[in-house]
Amino acid sequence: MKALLVAEYRDGQLLGSTYELVAFANQLGAESAMFLVGSDSALPQYDGPLYLADSGKYSEFNPAVHKQLLLDVIAKEQPEMVVFAHSSYGWDLAPRIALTLGAAQVSEVVEIVDGVPVAPVCNSKLRRQVKANTDRTVVTLQAGAFGLSDEPSGSPTVEMIDTDSDSAAQIEFCGYEEAEAGGVDLSKADVIVSAGRGIGKPENLEIVEVLAKALGGEYGASRPVVDSDWADHSRQVGTTGQTVSPKLYVACGISGAIQHLAGMKKSEFIVAINTDKDAPIGEVADVLLVADLKQFLPVLTEKVRAL
Amino acid sequence: MKILVCIKQVPDMESKFKINAEGTWYDGIDLAWRMNEYDEYAVEQAVQLKEQVAGSDLTVLCIGRQQVQETMKKALAIGCDRGVHVADENSHQKDPFEIASVIAEFASDKGFDLIFTGMQSQDRGSAQVGVLIAEMLGMPSISTIVDFAFADGQISAKRELEGGIKALVKTTAPALVTCQLGLNTPRYPTLPNIMKAKKKELLSVEVADLLKVEAKQETAKIYFPEKKGGGLVLEGEVADLADQLIQILKDKTAVLA
Ligand SMILES: Cc1cc2nc3c(=O)[nH]c(=O)nc-3n(C[C@H](O)[C@H](O)[C@H](O)COP(=O)(O)OP(=O)(O)OC[C@H]3O[C@@H](n4cnc5c(N)ncnc54)[C@H](O)[C@@H]3O)c2cc1C
Ligand SMILES: Nc1ncnc2c1ncn2[C@@H]1O[C@H](COP(=O)(O)O)[C@@H](O)[C@H]1O
Repeated sequence: MKALLVAEYRDGQLLGSTYELVAFANQLGAESAMFLVGSDSALPQYDGPLYLADSGKYSEFNPAVHKQLLLDVIAKEQPEMVVFAHSSYGWDLAPRIALTLGAAQVSEVVEIVDGVPVAPVCNSKLRRQVKANTDRTVVTLQAGAFGLSDEPSGSPTVEMIDTDSDSAAQIEFCGYEEAEAGGVDLSKADVIVSAGRGIGKPENLEIVEVLAKALGGEYGASRPVVDSDWADHSRQVGTTGQTVSPKLYVACGISGAIQHLAGMKKSEFIVAINTDKDAPIGEVADVLLVADLKQFLPVLTEKVRAL
Repeated sequence: MKILVCIKQVPDMESKFKINAEGTWYDGIDLAWRMNEYDEYAVEQAVQLKEQVAGSDLTVLCIGRQQVQETMKKALAIGCDRGVHVADENSHQKDPFEIASVIAEFASDKGFDLIFTGMQSQDRGSAQVGVLIAEMLGMPSISTIVDFAFADGQISAKRELEGGIKALVKTTAPALVTCQLGLNTPRYPTLPNIMKAKKKELLSVEVADLLKVEAKQETAKIYFPEKKGGGLVLEGEVADLADQLIQILKDKTAVLA
């Protein structure tokens, strides 16, 4: 089996997800080659052929042109599998490649069982095995699913690549906007009590906040709470917010979507309060309390204060 | 300006799921259904664009069973002008390639200037259909947008990247965008608009008339993940639970010391 790994590069840096692709190929026992639109000043530590296009010339984001560069490499390497991270770069480019190749695309693969990719369904409450009907497949890998077993090492055999299809450029990339700075630095808190959509209304944020205070910590939030402007973005935990690992993380009314888990699952001790016994947060929680947070939190806060 | 928004009906994710008899999908019975969350942002953005550009016409499209018309009516009440229901009893067995092909086939001769989709569906979550439709129609697409502006045929959008960083991008209509959570503040349908929506056109077409391709993948098996980690699950009266939790925190953590 031969796999082509599509590495990622942003703002002058090689992204760490690149090594998850390598771990995946190693787990499959696949022979691999790598593709990158990046720079020779930030090469991956990888023993194998690397097809490198210059991001200065082709832009860090330009789907039509990156697609053409990648298709040229696929034509040359003839991989059975093209592997992306399930990331803003990967889920954008992968369908474009899959369609041109006539290949099945399996998104957000979490594991491979007997050679068959497995993907989450319904907010990770279910899993499915996906059978491709095509010889060639495109996969995107869930962030963190294929961990790094070894420290990256090695140096690639670099081949610079070019394309003259700039007529294909349809999208103009005008630069990055950094995440808003300021607000709280959750990474410094020993205890984080986070509010999810289960709080129901903004007024209920207070019962989360007072518990956080009683425990000597900070309050955090899941994305819907931030999107609704009930809490500041600096409070958001998850892939598009902060990554935290406090001594205690209390998730109140949070279902446990993968993008939230990615930001908090390394916490030392995790408590979840949820009315749904089957909520996926149960997968990472040390204790899941099946309760209505509106009733439970005030009682807990009183008892903690009384200690 | 002609606008299309694609929506999917999905189960409420807090539902108690069961697996169907074939073991290939969740059982559709006894579930509460709603509009895919990402598509709520798509509908809102499409309606805002329609309100911005005088003389616009906004179509909402959904592939699925008869029951999806209930969700489509919400989109009509929010401001879509007409609905196209692609009737398909088995849409849950179709792969993203088939779903996108059906939508692209429908759209191919309609001359839409802008197409809105969600970035992913909550149940299958492939994050493929939007980008595929655009590729099939040969138009540019911008995925995962959290900001959208339109002026003089130019689209300026912000794509959301990991860590909350955004990429600023521009393209020209006709184009497609896939909408991420938090793009806007979706409005609620008002009672008068719900009444008005009942009179709006809701056309039904058979999926067989639009489906010209075969699936590239199928779900071989669906199942509940094994509960790993062996976390404790506690149920009962709140005061008892609070006492139990405090004891556990004293035993297992240093935060109450
Ligand atoms: C690219 C991308 C990036 C994302 N980034 C992030 C991110 O950084 N952070 C993030 O959090 N999300 C992120 N998301 C969104 C994520 O997928 C989920 O939609 C989100 O985490 C859900 O938030 P939630 O758990 O609060 O809400 P829901 O999923 O709606 O869950 C609410 C929970 O509350 C429970 N509940 C309801 N009422 C009560 C009650 N009275 N008492 C107790 N429990 C109750 C319910 O059982 C349910 O489990 C991202 C999504 C995408 C696609
Ligand atoms: N059955 C459907 N009918 C209409 N639109 C759909 C359907 N399935 C998916 N879509 C659209 O495609 C987007 C991405 O879906 P997916 O690729 O399944 O994650 C959704 O947010 C919808 O906008």
